[in-house]
Amino acid sequence: MYENAIELKGICKYFGKVKANDNVSLTVKKGEILSLLGENGSGKTTLMNMLSGIYFPDKGQIFVDGTEVTIRSPKDAYLLGIGMIHQHFKLIDIFTAAENIILGMDGKSAVINMKEVLEDIQKLIDRYGFQLDLNKKVYDMSVSEKQTVEIIKMLYRGANLLILDEPTAVLTPQETEHLFDVLRNMRKDGKGIIIITHKLHEVLAISDRVSILRKGAYIGTVNTGEATENSLTEMMVGEKVSLNIDRPKPKDPKKLLEVKNLTCLNKYGVKALDQVSFTAMGGEILGIAGIAGSGQKELLESIAGLQPGEGSILFTDPESGREEELLGKDPLKIKNMGVSLAFVPEDRLGMGLVGDMGMPGNMMIRSYRDGKPIMLEQKHPRELAEAIKEKLEVVTPSISYPVRRLSGGNVQKVLVGREIANAPKLLMTAYAVRGLDINTSYSIYHLLNEQKEKGVAVIYVGEDLDVLLELSDRIMVMCGGQVSGIVDARTTTKEEVGLLMTKHRGGAGA
Amino acid sequence: MSAEVKRKEPFIRMVKRDSMPLWKSVLIRIAAILISLVVCAFFIYLITHSNPVQVYRSMVDGAVGTGRRTWNTLRDTMILLATALAITPAFKMRFWNIGAEGQILVGGIVTAAVLRYCGESMPTAVLFLTMVAASLAAGMVWGLIPAIFKAKWNTNETLFTLMMNYIAIQLTSFFSIVWEAKKGSGTIGTINQKTQAGWISTKFLPDIFGNFNYSINVIIVIALTIGMFVYLKYTKQGYEISVVGQSENTARYAGINVKKVIMRTMAISGAICGFTGFLLVSGSSHTISTSTAGGRGFTAIIVSWLAKFNPFVMILISFFLVFMGNGATQIASEFQLNESASEVITGIILFFILGSEFFVNYKLVFGGHAKEGK
Repeated sequence: MYENAIELKGICKYFGKVKANDNVSLTVKKGEILSLLGENGSGKTTLMNMLSGIYFPDKGQIFVDGTEVTIRSPKDAYLLGIGMIHQHFKLIDIFTAAENIILGMDGKSAVINMKEVLEDIQKLIDRYGFQLDLNKKVYDMSVSEKQTVEIIKMLYRGANLLILDEPTAVLTPQETEHLFDVLRNMRKDGKGIIIITHKLHEVLAISDRVSILRKGAYIGTVNTGEATENSLTEMMVGEKVSLNIDRPKPKDPKKLLEVKNLTCLNKYGVKALDQVSFTAMGGEILGIAGIAGSGQKELLESIAGLQPGEGSILFTDPESGREEELLGKDPLKIKNMGVSLAFVPEDRLGMGLVGDMGMPGNMMIRSYRDGKPIMLEQKHPRELAEAIKEKLEVVTPSISYPVRRLSGGNVQKVLVGREIANAPKLLMTAYAVRGLDINTSYSIYHLLNEQKEKGVAVIYVGEDLDVLLELSDRIMVMCGGQVSGIVDARTTTKEEVGLLMTKHRGGAGA
Repeated sequence: MSAEVKRKEPFIRMVKRDSMPLWKSVLIRIAAILISLVVCAFFIYLITHSNPVQVYRSMVDGAVGTGRRTWNTLRDTMILLATALAITPAFKMRFWNIGAEGQILVGGIVTAAVLRYCGESMPTAVLFLTMVAASLAAGMVWGLIPAIFKAKWNTNETLFTLMMNYIAIQLTSFFSIVWEAKKGSGTIGTINQKTQAGWISTKFLPDIFGNFNYSINVIIVIALTIGMFVYLKYTKQGYEISVVGQSENTARYAGINVKKVIMRTMAISGAICGFTGFLLVSGSSHTISTSTAGGRGFTAIIVSWLAKFNPFVMILISFFLVFMGNGATQIASEFQLNESASEVITGIILFFILGSEFFVNYKLVFGGHAKEGK
């Protein structure tokens, strides 16, 4: 038996002038977990897409089991035993786990022997220690269960090399630990595993070796035993980076926003928020933790006037002490009441910005009503755009370049820059650093702290618990649309927050 | 298992281009037109056995060969351009208004009604004001109905505007009979033929363009072009249209009342279509029939899209399409082809123009790996 599960030699892929992958070579042995580490835009996903047959390399060779192969389509990849688990699951909601697993496979005969299939799948489940009810429909499943279905689907199809693209981004700490156990079992069984992640402690916990990409180029491979978080960051970024986040003590925190018994329904009539109550203080960062889809989006949108609901959202003006009810008002009314709130939504290009417009056009989103009647005021937005480009170091050929074509980090800088420019009293951010490189993430944390020190109430919805624990003053944990706990970020632990993330109040639905 | 995968390079691959310099993209489009003319030449030779160069010459002759033909081409260009301008705000808002045809017709019907019933009794200025106001209002109503349904109940605007076309066409047939010139003819005939009351006439202008022309139509539509350019690019309403078209969520986030913008924009779009109906009836045909709009409501969509919503580029594209259409009609009669043959030619040319957009955005790579350097 050949020792290497897969070998890449001199792989190149260009998109126009952009070198997405430049001369990348790496090897995954059988019975080994390799972490592929790199910032967003470093070419990890492009590389993996070439293994799974979505892209075709411009140059280079791929060897599977020691034989050179050409992967022209996902079907080729599947025949070669390469299975990729994407970040976005490709499952059919109304089918059961088992039905999704066998979907699209060529059977031996026209009739499916479901009993035999179920037995085969169950064998796989027992062998690797998965937890899954094969007869459960996908629409009843948690994110972690859906991911399990995807992994079993690949194994059932005989995959010997598994590629997991940021598998832990959507999991709680406990679920992550379980996934890692399963991966270790698969390693023992001789499977080759590539795991893409940018959480360094996970890299150190799970992998045998780490390969690092930076801006499309292959930097090197190190044994995990010899690496530290700092050494990996340095290879990834290309320079030394301090990994500590500042957390100044709140100065004179004053109640600024009081949410009481807020309940709202999503478009299917299901309660997205259920009796949510909390207060946000000026001069403080309130972190919001929870599995994606636990009501974070609806909560922020209710406060911003984009989501109807019941209950009360009281805003207290820090200067005049005047109280205003925000619930049931649209964004324009809230603005006209003199309530200055800034909102960095999760969907940056779909909600916060207009992708086809340049920076000035996007500055106008907040200010286009100002100035003379009828005609647009063009000068101030342009000046603001220039100022933001300068101050936040936005990399763009010109301010009129469509923001859609900017990198994720620069898109976020444009959005955050605009929102902060309004001198807000309340700043809400949803997944503000998702997809951003380390340096940009730290400049965003810095900006949030700057706002906090100005006395702004900052609400930070995040997914990385380590960051939430380091950045926030208090953390509110949400689960299934309810508040499952509010803890002091300085004293709590990751485990405590992780448990709250799956704890339903009053046992409903748990 | 790897034995099943043959080592074979893909023969052809599509690769997305980076940006392309303007001159190169213009060159590609010109090349597309030239190639389409060569293909058309084969087609022409195949069915007529005459020299394609000669055929093309008579095409040019048919479109701009005489003063009268040039003015006809200009007149049709202006109507097509006006329609394209009318639908542009709606399309920019991603509201698929394919009901321009009907909006033009209702504008035409009310214009014809004013001409017929008030033409001889009203003073000229009042008559024109009435016609313009009536056509604007009629088109606006026709545009607003689907917009209200879209805004309030999220109905599908494509089907709705399409159905409104049929209502307008039936209404036109109905009035053709009510107002028919001779009993049983089913056509209205030229309205106010003797007095020419309510006709847009060159007599309104000092005689600088010659006797027979449509200079007033041209002036009005060019003014409309500039107006639309300014409206879309420099006004707050134009900005709102762009934001709503890009993302309704961003629009709501910005505090824009999306429903209001949809209704307002369709009112404007419909009103300009109605006004185009007025230009058609009062400004050139002086009658109305079910073929008055003549498919322009649909051709205008091509104009607007190809121009990427830029009103000034629309002037060129409308002219080109009308030029081709009128030229093709000429060769159809000169070489004893029927109208369908000319439509085939226009179709071939349009196919190449639209197809060239692919080559502006993508390039094809033959073979698999670039093998150099090994």
